[in-house]
Amino acid sequence: MGLEAQVNQPFIATRMDEVINWGRKYSMWPMPFGTACCAIEFMGVVSSRFDVSRFGAELVRFSPRQADLLLVMGTITQKMAPVLKQIYDQMPNPKWVVSMGACASSGGFYDNYSVVQGIDEIIPVDVYVAGCPPRPENVIGAVVKIMEKIDRERAAVDWK
Amino acid sequence: MSADGTRVQDIPTELLTLNIGPAHPATHGTLRIQVQLDGETIVNSGCEIGYLHRGFEKQAENCQYQLVIPYTERLNYMGPVHNSNAWCHAVEQLLDVKVPARAQALRVITSEMGRIIDHCVCIGTNLVDIGALTNFWYMYNYREKIYDLYEELCGARMMVNYPRIGGVSMDAPDGWLEKLLKVIDEMGEAVGEVQSLVARNRIFMDRTIGVGAIPKEMALSHGVTGPCLRAAGVALDLRKAQPYWGYDKYQFDAPIAHGGDTYDRTIVRFQEMQESVRIIKQAVAAIPDGPVMVEDHLVAMPSKDRVYNTMEGLINHFKLVMHGIKPPVGELYSATEGGNGEVGFYIVSDGTPVAWRVRMRPPCFANYSVFPKIITGAMIADAVAALGSINIIAGELDR
Amino acid sequence: MTQDEIVARIQSHFGARVLGTYSFRGQAAVTIAPEAIRDVLTFLRNTPELAFDMLMDVGGVDYLGYPDEDDREWRFEVAYQVYSVAKNHRVRLKVAVRDETVKVPSVWDLFGIANWMEREVYDMFGITFSGHPNLRRIMCHDEFVGHALRKDYPINRRQKLSQPSENLLCEKPEYA
Repeated sequence: MGLEAQVNQPFIATRMDEVINWGRKYSMWPMPFGTACCAIEFMGVVSSRFDVSRFGAELVRFSPRQADLLLVMGTITQKMAPVLKQIYDQMPNPKWVVSMGACASSGGFYDNYSVVQGIDEIIPVDVYVAGCPPRPENVIGAVVKIMEKIDRERAAVDWK
Repeated sequence: MSADGTRVQDIPTELLTLNIGPAHPATHGTLRIQVQLDGETIVNSGCEIGYLHRGFEKQAENCQYQLVIPYTERLNYMGPVHNSNAWCHAVEQLLDVKVPARAQALRVITSEMGRIIDHCVCIGTNLVDIGALTNFWYMYNYREKIYDLYEELCGARMMVNYPRIGGVSMDAPDGWLEKLLKVIDEMGEAVGEVQSLVARNRIFMDRTIGVGAIPKEMALSHGVTGPCLRAAGVALDLRKAQPYWGYDKYQFDAPIAHGGDTYDRTIVRFQEMQESVRIIKQAVAAIPDGPVMVEDHLVAMPSKDRVYNTMEGLINHFKLVMHGIKPPVGELYSATEGGNGEVGFYIVSDGTPVAWRVRMRPPCFANYSVFPKIITGAMIADAVAALGSINIIAGELDR
Repeated sequence: MTQDEIVARIQSHFGARVLGTYSFRGQAAVTIAPEAIRDVLTFLRNTPELAFDMLMDVGGVDYLGYPDEDDREWRFEVAYQVYSVAKNHRVRLKVAVRDETVKVPSVWDLFGIANWMEREVYDMFGITFSGHPNLRRIMCHDEFVGHALRKDYPINRRQKLSQPSENLLCEKPEYA
């Protein structure tokens, strides 16, 4: 803060990247794509005990066009897979994807004719959360990992 | 009448076809409803399901009877323990094995806790759809308290994997029953508070009375069971009609209402939560001491000290894990009362440790099949309110 | 009424159309030919002492490769579980379907639940229900080929869906 002490003006000097990343990571708007049991644990994450709004990601947006974090919670079946792709395509950039639970990450213990063996067959995933269902602390940990990932982005340079 | 003489009725319009779902906040899971709208009124509707079809029945034909327990818990994931209790009950009937009394009481306790949390979520999310957000947070706090109890009992919050064929996997730890009573007492008062916020609330009553009414004849024809049927006036509760696990020893009512609409279903669920509290208190007071697993080496795993110190115990353990439990050749339909109605398992056994056919009768399937009929003529907002009160759980609906 | 009495009533009324009876662990089942299912369900509902007013479940079974002592002449069975609210008793009806070319009469107009449950039996086993207004797949997607719960369908054969289904669902009220 050397510059400000000498200049005595009400502004902060920083880099554009840091400001953009700071804004993005502390105000993520999750889109809960909840299909199965993990969605119930997610409801536990947003409720008062494990409050995810401490991390800024409280404002769940059920419209993909207004969200930037896609939380895929639960088993994705072959019938649901095109819907997931459509929702992912409808989200504007920048967007991140968290695959919550064993079923979304790898099909879980449903190795049969109707379950997609991991959503990374369909969309790119940033963070995988293990568990069946994962504890709410794990889900919050995933949100924090996304925040760390956002921190490493160089928004002013990389974003086209 | 407008300036040039046209009336509203004469303006040509078309019906609008609108998709609600499968990724939609109000559908609580992956349901798809297609409606044809004349303005805001639903003229025609149709439902599509199967978006969470995870192949439970095929999976159960490919693994041993005791390995099906985790799959059953993921069926009704709101109150998971009841499904696995019901599956173990079905296999025990097939094997003709009698579960000890303490295990039966523990099954009653865990199933009723499951029923309470099932109704908590149903009411909470239904009210969120109608616009009352506060109850959701309160109800979720109660769920967390029950989850703490489950975690202390068997290690997991939701998918507890607690019962086994022939009993339950472990006994309640010291002090657990006292903690349970304390939590249940608080829960009884707290549910009463939430009920008082809602039951005589003008807005809630206007939004739900007369909305989505399931008449009694339609309910019986469509095989509707559980709170939806009891709200329509039919006093069918399998815990009273065909009791199991010692339910005939406990005093409780199966609350009924007569309108069959959304308001009645919600009030019936509140009352059922209070009745579950009553049952748990009686079960804890009357729980006998004793083993929690049947004394049958063909069914029950031997204790660890026998496994590690005796050859017979080791071989017994090996045979049960590798070769499984062999029921006789036969078929069976076993029905219990879950949170949503009659949970049935139809098992066809060919004498091997892997079932030949497992068919799960989902209560939500029957309850949801009336939905297109009850929303025809209503508005979209009414459809959303009615859908939440039927409590469709996609894991159970699609299996 | 006890299970034996119920089975005796059905047998005495339907005679030769009952192919067999079965009893295990206190539950009784009656095997009938496909043509008889509508008459049997109507009889069970309308007879005052039986009063079976709820059809709880319709499920299919594929017996291909079942290790049987008695030679079973049919490959599939459709099991109807019925329950009486007034009398509090149950019985199971098993319709013997020789193979997939045999059509079973649909009972969707007798019991509303049969509409969707028969669709599921069709989807999973390929058994056709004649007279059903809307016999389409209900669980698997529309581009699925084969019937998943048959014993000759391997569990791991996955079939992708190329695009979300755009079909119009609400054409007629009975499609629901």
